[in-house]
Amino acid sequence: MSIATVFEVALAAVVLGLAIWTIAVPETYSATVGFVAYGLLVALIWVRLDAVDVALTEAAIGGGLGGVVLLGAAARLRDAEATAAERPDRFTRLIAAILSASIAAALGLAILILPDHAPTLAPVVAANAGATGMANPVTNVLMAFRGMDTMLEKVVLLLTVVGVWSLASDRAWGGRPGPHHEADPHGVLAFLARLLPPAGIVVGIYMLWTGADHPGGAFQGGAVLASMWLLAIMAGLADTPPVSSRWLRFILVAGPGLFLVVGLGGLCFGAAFLAYPVAFAKPLILGIEVAMVLTIAATLALLLAGAPERNA
Amino acid sequence: MLSPALETSAGGFLLVLSIVVPVAGVLLAFALGDRYVRLVAFTVVPVGSTIAAAVLLVLPQNDGHLAYLLGAWPPPLGVALRADGSSAVMLATTAIVICVVAVFAASDFRPASGNRRAPFAFWILLLAIWAALNTIFVGGDLFTLYVALELLTFAAVPLVSLEGRAETLQAALRYLLFALLGSILYLMGTALFYGLYGTLDIVLLSHRASAEPGALIAAALMTTGLLAKTALFPLHLWLPPAHAGAPAAASAILSGLVVKGSFFILLRLWFNVRPGMSGFAAAQFLAALGAGAIVVGSIVALRQERLKLLVAYSTLAQIGYLFLMFPLAFNASGQLESGQALAGGLLQTVSHATAKAAMFLAVGSIYAGFGHDRVTGIRGAARALPLSVMTFALAGFALMGVQPGGAALAKELLLQETARTGQWWWAGVLQVGGMFTAAYVVLVLAHALSPPDQPVALVAKPPRSSGLAALALALCSLLLGLLPWEPYLPITYAAESKLFGVEALVKLLVTVFGGAALAILLSPWPHPLAFSAAGKTIMHLIAPLRRTCIGLGSLVETGDGVLRQWSTASISLLLVALLLAALMFVAN
Amino acid sequence: MSSVSVFGLCAAAAVGLGLYGLITNPQPLRKIVAFNLLGSGVFLLFGIVGRRGAAAGVGNDPVPQALVITGIVVAFSATALAIALLLRLFHAAGSTTLSSRAPTSPRSDPSGG
Repeated sequence: MSIATVFEVALAAVVLGLAIWTIAVPETYSATVGFVAYGLLVALIWVRLDAVDVALTEAAIGGGLGGVVLLGAAARLRDAEATAAERPDRFTRLIAAILSASIAAALGLAILILPDHAPTLAPVVAANAGATGMANPVTNVLMAFRGMDTMLEKVVLLLTVVGVWSLASDRAWGGRPGPHHEADPHGVLAFLARLLPPAGIVVGIYMLWTGADHPGGAFQGGAVLASMWLLAIMAGLADTPPVSSRWLRFILVAGPGLFLVVGLGGLCFGAAFLAYPVAFAKPLILGIEVAMVLTIAATLALLLAGAPERNA
Repeated sequence: MLSPALETSAGGFLLVLSIVVPVAGVLLAFALGDRYVRLVAFTVVPVGSTIAAAVLLVLPQNDGHLAYLLGAWPPPLGVALRADGSSAVMLATTAIVICVVAVFAASDFRPASGNRRAPFAFWILLLAIWAALNTIFVGGDLFTLYVALELLTFAAVPLVSLEGRAETLQAALRYLLFALLGSILYLMGTALFYGLYGTLDIVLLSHRASAEPGALIAAALMTTGLLAKTALFPLHLWLPPAHAGAPAAASAILSGLVVKGSFFILLRLWFNVRPGMSGFAAAQFLAALGAGAIVVGSIVALRQERLKLLVAYSTLAQIGYLFLMFPLAFNASGQLESGQALAGGLLQTVSHATAKAAMFLAVGSIYAGFGHDRVTGIRGAARALPLSVMTFALAGFALMGVQPGGAALAKELLLQETARTGQWWWAGVLQVGGMFTAAYVVLVLAHALSPPDQPVALVAKPPRSSGLAALALALCSLLLGLLPWEPYLPITYAAESKLFGVEALVKLLVTVFGGAALAILLSPWPHPLAFSAAGKTIMHLIAPLRRTCIGLGSLVETGDGVLRQWSTASISLLLVALLLAALMFVAN
Repeated sequence: MSSVSVFGLCAAAAVGLGLYGLITNPQPLRKIVAFNLLGSGVFLLFGIVGRRGAAAGVGNDPVPQALVITGIVVAFSATALAIALLLRLFHAAGSTTLSSRAPTSPRSDPSGG
């Protein structure tokens, strides 16, 4: 076994150990902590699989912001979760274990017997990269070849915002999401919230910009920007905007809106819906991505903040 | 049949518009804010309906299929949109139901009223459901279908909890979690398909896919995920509380349209991706689950005290009915054929979408009028709310197979297929299913038509426009059998000519009287007619039988309660997946 | 054993663990965590498929990578929506149980509390 394989086996073992811990540990809060650690290590697996774009997304959104959501909920539900429920009896657990293991075995088998000559679209993607003028193949797939999926997924994000907001009480409708954070102006959080955002904003914009040719892009950049904004909110330096705010609404639809407009431009004047004219492909895509990074940052931050709770 | 051509056809842009118009509506409504959401929706609804009508017109001129390459990229690199006759029919059905629900909800979700939250959410979610369904009907790529399926779920779940009561929040959370389990199973299958064949395009897959172990596992996982989202028995734990707890207009959409989205993807998977792979045994298994849904759903429906829950459980039974077509669609060489059985199943889907939506709207009006929806407490409803009771009756007739309803035609088609393929046992299930439907329709009408003890004082009078909209939808369902289906679905007119005549009348009478008998035997609630002299004699005669039947019913209800527990339902889910995989392995 | 097989089995095991947790963990929050675990296993499946399809100088087929990025965002949205529902349920009913018995609702009122 080479050193690389030893490392991979060890990584897989640690990841699985964390996964077991996450499922088996009695206390919910510990389980969420376990899951955040798991998410970060899975990002390492993605690096080993040579999928750096996914690794960045997994670390930023899957493990990072997703972890924050879960940890926050675990903290708020600490008392309730302990009393919540009756655990299924031993027999049910045994059946569940057997069936889950069978599904996992079937899946493992299906992976092991995949054909030796794996089909791939990598050469086709590389051959058509000229159409967009960008060198990052993942960005090309997301923004050009499978643009429809990306646009619909932005609508999914927007709908999640609508869904979360719809859970507000009627009295708080139009107000600000989440609790108000009063922080000590000289505390550590406030210090961090002053120190980090300038650097974080630069990192976020860089991730967006570099995504054209290197790993990175609107999601990863947006996640970084969102976390900077959240940091400022939690430190009490900024407040969440009221959900009735016109500019907030505008930012939340800017990404998919611009995507749609450019797509319709292609339908009316170009080759097809979501087709970019070769000469303008790169600036158009970058324009959409700029709008998208703002939309993603605002959406992610608001999803973490929750339903409107306070009047503006 | 989906178009085999990998190029954009004339009129293909209509498919793009069918998705883009409601999406644009969602974005606009969100940006313009609370006061304009309804206005945006009322602008989008006629435009979207026109597009659906245009697809219906253009499709026959293009040999029955349309295609559009998004971004002009041909699959497998790009994503194609494709429509065939079934897509066109579903696009039109969706447009009609959305139109009616929009009219019905116009007053309930008026943004001017004090509550702005619910209208804001409702109209945006309505448009989003439309966008998601249209994407499902014309999407040509399994992953695009996944995104559309998630869009559908994320739009449907908040509708359930729109009123914010604790039990609706719980129903919404159960719905969301189980639906997520379903979609993750679907996603597993797409990963395996891509690993095997390097494409997720449905037409390309149909050329490349063969019955190898990996593909069978993928198909079993995807099928199970879609069954969970369609709430086929025994994976229905989320449906009754979710559909019964939502506001009337939302229930109509959830029950009439949303469950049809995942069902349609299932049809694509079985009939288009892998018509030769699924195997006869797996199809029999699906239909057996459907038969289970009919029996359990109907019996539990008859035992419900609340009208909305009764209608929700009847949806469960009707979903089971949709799955009876699978074993009937096999041809002599063991391939699934897009023939008359599929046409029957789609017709059933369309008539259920229209009739069940109308039924939920009618029940919503009765609820609003009486301030409650207890079955035993709606005596005198026929006089107090004639429009709603008539809507319920017409929708019920359409569902139980009264001519010239769509369900009657569908049943006729499926019965012909049982005779052709020699599967007489499904003919029996089809007849019993119709009888059970008749049972709960008769039960509700018997209560609504009987005279009240004291004059009915309505809590609120539902607006006339709402009542008329619902009535129009019920009528539409009852007249479906008269429409020219030939350009869209493979229906031979031998079936249609059988719709009228003495034989059909006899069948109908058998259904209705069988239903009435079932209602008397299985419903535990007392009925005023039972206290008349004749009623008393009859009840006395059948008392022992009725006691046994009610005891059996209560047993079934207890069983249903166990199956709807989270751990039982999710264990059933895995069991179904493994059984399907095993059956497919055996067949190949 | 190649890295694809190692991580492939790891992905399958994560799926199995996620399924088991989703069935047996009674608390809804634990179910949501288990769903995330399950999701990450399925995403890894795409990663393995893509890694096997490394070609044309790219170490991982970009199409499955793009699908995973879309999938991660959808899974995050699902988590956020589920958590928001759960917190609201806790606020309205005072408990977070999902058992089919109707929750006790001392604080619920139709307009929301």
